Amino acid sequence: MYTKKVMDHFSNPRNMGELENPSGVGTVGNAKCGDIMRMYLDIDDDGIIQDVKFKTFGCGAAIATSSVATELVKGKTVQEALEVTNKAVVEALDGLPPVKVHCSLLAEQAIHAALWDYAEKNGIKIEGLKKPKNDVHDHEEDVAESY
Amino acid sequence: MEKKIYLDNAATTKTRPEVVEAMLPYFSEVYGNPSSVYEFASQNKKAIDEARTIIADALGSHSSEVYFTASGTEADNWALVATAEAYESKGKHIITSKIEHHAILHTCEYLEKRGFEITYIDVDENGIIKLDQLEKAIRPSTILISVMFANNEIGTIQPIREIGEIAKRHKLLFHTDAVQAFGHEDINVEELGIDMLSASAHKLGGPKGIGFLYIRKGIKIRSFVHGGAQERGRRAGTENVPYIVGFGKAVQMALSTLDERRKKELELREHLVKRVLAEIPFTRLNGHRTNRLTNNVNFSFQFIEGESLLIMLDMQNICASSGSACTSGSLDPSHVLLAIGLPHEIAHGSLRLTLSHENTLEEINYTVDKIKEVVDKLRKMSPLYEDFVRKR
Repeated sequence: MYTKKVMDHFSNPRNMGELENPSGVGTVGNAKCGDIMRMYLDIDDDGIIQDVKFKTFGCGAAIATSSVATELVKGKTVQEALEVTNKAVVEALDGLPPVKVHCSLLAEQAIHAALWDYAEKNGIKIEGLKKPKNDVHDHEEDVAESY
Repeated sequence: MEKKIYLDNAATTKTRPEVVEAMLPYFSEVYGNPSSVYEFASQNKKAIDEARTIIADALGSHSSEVYFTASGTEADNWALVATAEAYESKGKHIITSKIEHHAILHTCEYLEKRGFEITYIDVDENGIIKLDQLEKAIRPSTILISVMFANNEIGTIQPIREIGEIAKRHKLLFHTDAVQAFGHEDINVEELGIDMLSASAHKLGGPKGIGFLYIRKGIKIRSFVHGGAQERGRRAGTENVPYIVGFGKAVQMALSTLDERRKKELELREHLVKRVLAEIPFTRLNGHRTNRLTNNVNFSFQFIEGESLLIMLDMQNICASSGSACTSGSLDPSHVLLAIGLPHEIAHGSLRLTLSHENTLEEINYTVDKIKEVVDKLRKMSPLYEDFVRKR
């Protein structure tokens, strides 16, 4: 079902974890649909992504797309990271089954959400970045208490 | 562990070698068409009769009441659609449960499009149908109640005898999808008041591609597959002789080993449940604690998703299944887990393990060890778990 690349990123996820005091953090998706991605970015004064970490609740494809997305943005400028599309994520994984393509979109949105957070914190405007609509924070309460 | 650990016996079982052996002569040696007149063909007819008798005896019924089909799904479709058509003049209302297999639920949807009304009865948190709600749902136009014997996902066994009594009291037909239960539980259609029953060979050590529908004598039911006079004119098509023979053999073996299999499965199941619940926090057992199939366990591990769990277990050579959306091919997790009241995110993190008599304690212990590792690994990746830990 999955390519070797997907399986590789799924079994050995790159940059998995959290960052303390990140420059930006974004969470997208919701538990109801079974996918949540969170991206942490550490961006230096020159606007270069020095470090990136992710955490994901979701299927194999969701974990693999998050992992590969972190590789695609690490060391890049904010502007370059913004250009990492879901298509680029799918290509970097040598393809995804059609029903899993939405996972790559989520990865793109997670990067955007983290960049948005960074921009807001620093009072700057990133050219071409729109406010991510798919933020999970509204759902957090029912996730933690519904068990 | 090098060897594959197969814990998905509710999906399908290994065909017993004795069953394969019994089937083999009927491909290239005794291959006549049972409908032909000559002596050569009569051997095939005899073989079918024998298998039918074994199955009829297993149910406490008569062999003229057992009709072979190509699957349990076909039997379910037949029972619902053909009964609906036959009793349409009496009424167009059918009662079923919210946790039926899709073979029933999707057939009900089909009937709804054709003007039938279906009432889907709720189940409690253990997956047991609400009998009071069932009885209240009966109307003058009700013709049929269809409730599964045991659930394929959470293993809960339904109060079949009580449903049979309700059906009898209101003079309604009662069909049960016994695909998961036949060959695993004691079933006597007379004692339980069952009018129709669906089953499938491959869930009890028989081959895939063969099932049957038990139809109590006297029940008006339309033919579902039209053609020749096979199966008393009710289900046309040349009989699948080798598979029917295999089905008979599988039932014979399932019955003769029933008690010892159940005992062994129960021991393994209890060990598995106790270890998992004791050793993995934030875990729940789905389905009734005791009133469930001896070989079924279904857990929900909070903060993780089922498909990733399955793939990681597969990497450790463990075959299992899940009710997460990603494994069902839709956006929603299992309708059964939602019906017992689980929130979506807990339903996404479900794991079903279904045992067989061939599993060993060593395999179960290895599996629990691996589940622990994998759940831990996935939780460390989970933003839900991160939030949970932070809030504590």
